[in-house]
Amino acid sequence: MRSIWRTLDRGVLADIGLACLAVFLIGLSYGAIAVASGFPLWVPAAQSVLVLAGASEFLFIGIVAAGGSPIAAALAGLLVNSRHLPYGLALPPGVTGRRWGRLPGTHVMNDESVVFALAQPDLRRKRAAYWACGLGVLACWPGGAVIGGLIGSAVHDTSAFGLDAMFPAVILALIVKDLRDARTLRAVLTGAAIALAATPFLPAGLPVLLALAAVLLLVRAPATVAGTSPDEEPAVAQVRTAR
Amino acid sequence: MKDNALIVAGIATLAAGTYAFRLSGQLLRARITFPPRVTRLLEAAAVILLAALVATTALTEGHGFSGFARPAGVLVAGVLAWRKAPFLVVVLAAAAVTAVLRLLGVS
Repeated sequence: MRSIWRTLDRGVLADIGLACLAVFLIGLSYGAIAVASGFPLWVPAAQSVLVLAGASEFLFIGIVAAGGSPIAAALAGLLVNSRHLPYGLALPPGVTGRRWGRLPGTHVMNDESVVFALAQPDLRRKRAAYWACGLGVLACWPGGAVIGGLIGSAVHDTSAFGLDAMFPAVILALIVKDLRDARTLRAVLTGAAIALAATPFLPAGLPVLLALAAVLLLVRAPATVAGTSPDEEPAVAQVRTAR
Repeated sequence: MKDNALIVAGIATLAAGTYAFRLSGQLLRARITFPPRVTRLLEAAAVILLAALVATTALTEGHGFSGFARPAGVLVAGVLAWRKAPFLVVVLAAAAVTAVLRLLGVS
């Protein structure tokens, strides 16, 4: 582990630090929103450590606060987190650890750690970047959530700080690269429109799932097959898009 | 608020399932090769899900409209992200624009 600092160059470490700082700030808003929605502090605290996947935790809190069942909320969260399966497919063996080391290493797999790992040129540096970012997020996300929860209990109106706009902004910033592809953009806009149209009528969580129907636009388009570029490394393409 | 046992069950389900996703991709990697077309559809599905999450969390609150302040902040963030502004700038701009609009009395 001590080799992380010597293995990675300073620019990469600075980028990882910045990503972790952003995660900390989102964590603040997450904890504050959870407490403001009526949850005791242990709910965001436990989720931030045990689930360690921000979007699904926000979704869980949102659905339950809106009166939905916690189990339905967990299933909706799992759907959002299913992107971790392609992440695991994209990582070269050995990045998350060897043998038993892989079990704790697997838990710190997230959007940031996977992308930083894949951007590194060799296995040694991939592993160092993965662990540096993974452990950084493991510290910053729960830390932010707990501090945010404490602030949220003290501050009467967290919406005055605009914290509720941070989560959609983070997700948008992470996927904006994929929206530059015209076909993806069309499917994405269709999916978003479906979700928005369904929101007044369906229980929370379901409208987002319905958006998946827009995948059909990509299945039927013949360009999907023809557009497969042979020179793009599948693993990299996979995570680039999933982000 | 719901009773605690149900919330604990929900958190446990989400945590265990998420870990299973994280692990199974790695275990599958050694054994299965997905056709590139299937892989691309999986990726696109993830982006569509996340974008729908952006749209609904930005524009709606419960079953109704969230008001103008939040989507305006997210829109500014989207424009900044599109123009490749740094991540932190994008995220802080969303909060700042929303907060200033609310300060000015725009809900």
